[in-house]
Amino acid sequence: MPPAIEIRGVSKAYGSVRALDGITLDILRGEFFALLGPNGAGKTTLISILAGLARADSGILRVMGHDVVIDYRDARRSLGVVPQELVFDPFFTVRETLQFQSGYFGLGRNNDWIDEVMARLDLSDRADFNMRALSGGMKRRVLVAQALVHKPPVIILDEPTAGVDVELRQGLWQFIRQLNGDGHTIVLTTHYLDEAEALCSRVGMLKQGKLVALDSTHNLLKGYTGAHLRLRLAHGSLPDSLKPMTATPPTNGEYLLALRDYAEVEAVLAELRKSNLTVVFMELEQPDLEEVFVEIMRQD
Amino acid sequence: MESFAPMGAFGTLFRKEITRFWKVSFQTVLAPVLTALLYLLIFSHVLEEHVQVYPGVRYTAFLVPGLAMMSLLQNSFANSSSSLIQSKITGNIIFVLLPPISHFEFFSAYVLASVVRGLMVGFGVFVITAIFVHVPMVNVPWVLAFALLGSGLLGTLGIVAGIWAEKFDQLAAFQNFIIVPLTFLSGVFYSIHSLPVFWQDVSHFNPFFYMIDGFRYGFFGVSDVSPLLSASIVGGCLLALSFGTLSLLKRGYKLRH
Repeated sequence: MPPAIEIRGVSKAYGSVRALDGITLDILRGEFFALLGPNGAGKTTLISILAGLARADSGILRVMGHDVVIDYRDARRSLGVVPQELVFDPFFTVRETLQFQSGYFGLGRNNDWIDEVMARLDLSDRADFNMRALSGGMKRRVLVAQALVHKPPVIILDEPTAGVDVELRQGLWQFIRQLNGDGHTIVLTTHYLDEAEALCSRVGMLKQGKLVALDSTHNLLKGYTGAHLRLRLAHGSLPDSLKPMTATPPTNGEYLLALRDYAEVEAVLAELRKSNLTVVFMELEQPDLEEVFVEIMRQD
Repeated sequence: MESFAPMGAFGTLFRKEITRFWKVSFQTVLAPVLTALLYLLIFSHVLEEHVQVYPGVRYTAFLVPGLAMMSLLQNSFANSSSSLIQSKITGNIIFVLLPPISHFEFFSAYVLASVVRGLMVGFGVFVITAIFVHVPMVNVPWVLAFALLGSGLLGTLGIVAGIWAEKFDQLAAFQNFIIVPLTFLSGVFYSIHSLPVFWQDVSHFNPFFYMIDGFRYGFFGVSDVSPLLSASIVGGCLLALSFGTLSLLKRGYKLRH
């Protein structure tokens, strides 16, 4: 069974700018995958090529085994894309927008599913509102509904929560989790790395058009040894021997020490005991995906 | 609207385009009909007693088919071009680029919707002017043939302009510097036989002339050139432009980067 998304040696340049440089990547069926990278790393270009909005200079892309160029009809039927920009057609109501989108995929009798999607995205009471009358958050929900209207097995969300309030964000993730639980493959790009860490089982990181990291979220966090030890002393100041470990200047009497590995905790405590210093507060801070991301982007 | 897509993507896109212009029908249908009526009233008032283009045909009657065709052509062009440029600029063009719509379905839906709007406006002009002047229609098939060919050609040209233009200014330039002059210099208000020989020859290079001349033949049974020749030239232009446009769409010119 082919993966949900296969990307083989894909390159794309815009003039002298190399947007994608030989990307090879598989995203398995049923995965919740995060595609991360700073602005201009190539995430949206890669999504655009997958969706047929742009064309690769070289390489092969398949969605559910369908080549996005040769077998574009089946590839596009297999894919739902929530675009980054808040775009809408000002001529139509929410229901018309979804009915047209459904019709573009050849689905004529789809009102039951359209009603269900609207209900799950809390859009039912806005069904007959013109798109112009909706708030930004509501328009974002319609974009999600449009991507789901043909029940695609693979859903790509390109920064879906940018500028979205907390309530919608939580509701959206609950819905997307449900879809993932139902077997849909989800690909997410976001600048909110806590979201990616909480939701995604695997992460790919792009930098200047190259895939610089690809692993499970667990392995990426485990492989990153940059834990921190936050502590406050009853009196006195940090011994000179520990000062090289400080990650940031002390604030409000609290020291933040960077650890290479957890074994260093005992060494730190031993050094404090040797100096007759008493710890009144101590917290071990685990590395998060944001730190891993920053570290990986800093490399090379 | 339970069965919304009886003809798949093409049917839906065609229906969307019809719904789009019909929702603003004051602007897209009624306004051009009113404009044509004003042309008729003013020109007939000023020239009725001074000009007779065809023997036995009043100038006002001569004017009606030209005005109907001019409105039909301009609105066919406006439909596809304005829809595409608006979609491109607002970004909602992706809603028709993401689904599995072939370039032929895309082309057919936009052209056919333009034809429908063109015919509605042309028919509206004819009906409203019939209140003021009797215009015979001696050959209905020729009238329909030139109305369909003309609206199809301008709907196709509208696709090219809508895809090519990156801002409203460029589209306005296309409309004001190409479409409007070609329309006005095609014999809407006169017969080319009333022009100096040089300008008569120049007019023969204007495809709009053949659309209007052939269309007018359907009403009066009189024309500057044979309607068959006009139909061949307009049909040839439509075929050539359609192939070119389909080729642009297939390549994704200015749509898929």
